[in-house]
Amino acid sequence: MSEFNLLDPFQFLTIPLGDWVESILNYLVQNFREFFRAIRWPIDQVLEFSEAILQSIPPLIGIILSSLLGWQLAGKKMGLFCAITLFSLGLIGVWSASMTTLSLVLTSLFFCVVFGVPLGILSARSDRVERIVRPLLDAMQTLPAFVYLVPVVMLFGIGNVPGVLVTIIFALPPLVRLTNLGIRQVPEDKIEAARAFGCTPKQMLLKVQLPLAMPTIMAGVNQTLMLSLSMVVIASMISVGGLGQMVLRGIGRLDMGLATVGGAGLVLLAIFLDRLTQAMGERSDINNTLHWYETGPVGFFVRGYRSMQTR
Amino acid sequence: MTDSTNILSIRNVYKVFGDQPDTAMQMLRNGESKDQIFDKTGQTVGVFDASFSVKKGEIFVIMGLSGSGKSTMVRLLNRLIEPTAGTIELNGKDITALGDADLLDVRRKEMSMVFQSFALMPHMSVMENAAFGLEISGIERHERERRALEALEQVGLGEHGSSFPHQLSGGMQQRVGLARALANDPTILLMDEAFSALDPLIRYEMQGELIRLQKEQERTIIFISHDLDEAIRIGDRIAIMEGGRVIQVGTPKEIMSNPADEYVETFFKGVDVSKFLKAGDIACKESGCSIRINGAVQPFNPANSQFGYLLDGQDKLQGIVPLNEVDASDNVDALLSRQVKQHQSIYSDDMIKDVIKKVANASYPVPVIARNGRFCGVISKDLLLQTMSHS
Repeated sequence: MSEFNLLDPFQFLTIPLGDWVESILNYLVQNFREFFRAIRWPIDQVLEFSEAILQSIPPLIGIILSSLLGWQLAGKKMGLFCAITLFSLGLIGVWSASMTTLSLVLTSLFFCVVFGVPLGILSARSDRVERIVRPLLDAMQTLPAFVYLVPVVMLFGIGNVPGVLVTIIFALPPLVRLTNLGIRQVPEDKIEAARAFGCTPKQMLLKVQLPLAMPTIMAGVNQTLMLSLSMVVIASMISVGGLGQMVLRGIGRLDMGLATVGGAGLVLLAIFLDRLTQAMGERSDINNTLHWYETGPVGFFVRGYRSMQTR
Repeated sequence: MTDSTNILSIRNVYKVFGDQPDTAMQMLRNGESKDQIFDKTGQTVGVFDASFSVKKGEIFVIMGLSGSGKSTMVRLLNRLIEPTAGTIELNGKDITALGDADLLDVRRKEMSMVFQSFALMPHMSVMENAAFGLEISGIERHERERRALEALEQVGLGEHGSSFPHQLSGGMQQRVGLARALANDPTILLMDEAFSALDPLIRYEMQGELIRLQKEQERTIIFISHDLDEAIRIGDRIAIMEGGRVIQVGTPKEIMSNPADEYVETFFKGVDVSKFLKAGDIACKESGCSIRINGAVQPFNPANSQFGYLLDGQDKLQGIVPLNEVDASDNVDALLSRQVKQHQSIYSDDMIKDVIKKVANASYPVPVIARNGRFCGVISKDLLLQTMSHS
């Protein structure tokens, strides 16, 4: 028996954190498994819905629709750019896999927006909420994904749904942070003016704060999308399909070709989504003087319709 | 001045910034000074025992240097900043006691504000900005756009409704700010250094515009300014603030001729009195000899004047005669035949700066008459020089 040593107290003084976590987890798994299964349901619905749509659209139609969307959001150049990236995706033979990945990413984005934006608004309004939320966000961003991968599997099983869940954990923080930042950065004089004209807190949020914070919030959406994509490969370890699985399988079999194709697909998808959301962010910027229906393909039809009417 | 003409009464209003306003208020009641309180508790006294009232339809200027508490004062009026103590009554209704809903109502209907930094919403068009207050009040789209357009036309921006604020110059942006406030048709317009961010020419133009708008609508305007010339030009009455206190309230002339303390006196030193004094303010009855020609010539006393001013029964000026050419025995016709040909006269509400030339060119003290034709007195060259050298 060694003596108690003041200089190195940690031979005796330790907290069995690992044991605690394990027993809590076991307890949860044994008693609340049904509850966690129930959480799967809404995610499953959104995921299946989006995947069904994306997979059922023929590639060429998909490319044309996205190009039109790009044109509408940011002009003809953007439309052409969308067409090229998506066409390349098809050319390297990963269309179907990338649609699966896209539906995963969009589903996580959907839930991130549903939870992240209100959370960001709350923490912008109350310093106390911000103080509580901040360390949580730090943990979500820095905790290695592998650490929560296992508990998630134990609680939710494997497949696409827990994959989306893991992705949400990783991709949520920037959206919360940037929503918070965007609202806090709304100039004080605009807030004061709105108060002076008798805004209720709700009017303040909807008519002043959110519109003025929109460019920053869109930057948050962009970051969330990028992080979701980067999570796809890790999530594929719990049997999530799509491009991530191609990469993982390629690595596992030392099939560099397969891994590279999957990786290239991810990069192309990332560029496509990044450009598109950036364009959306710029649209919500203040220097836009045309209405959305006056530009792009919609503007084209609106102009055509108007000139027909005047004739 | 009766109470019924007062639209806004501010009584013993205090504002303490900090986390222990009660302690600070207690110390204030015990007669301790602002600096003592700050040293002991770290509480800043922003406004100290302010009392004044604003009359319906006047432009009331609150003026002071930066840090004098004038911007705080105006924000206490619509409770953008909550007063620590005191009452503020708008048409007899105590604003400091209002609940949230009533306060919103006051802000929406009774008081609109124009800001130094314009504070327009960059994501809204000029029209939407002008309609902002109405939108907040829940007025339906068609009606609010009609009223916003009306307000924009009043400030000369009717054509720019679909532009965005960043496409306009500073002066035009502030016109939008003014239109936004006018669209609500408020009882009181609060203007916080509204023209201070504009360049001098535009500022002068906007001041003129404001005076015109006020004349047309007889709106009560409370204007914050650090610029004495501006205060004198547009203000019917001025409140001077220093270190959170309201030191003096009065018309420019009252303050000028009877400054409350040394601070006000130094403040007004070097002010060009000709800019705010009117001819009627200085016109003197003694230095010209008035001769009543009510049917017959009434007895008059030439004293030491050189010119006589012929007045009829209604005090209307009939002519000017050099006294060395007449004597007491002349009848009316004789007097009238000797009068100065095509004499000049000035109206009592003409600014001194506008009559200097007339007075200088006339060979006699120039008569001042009211708009209704009554004779008010005369302005001689001596009197004019004395007035101008006052400062």
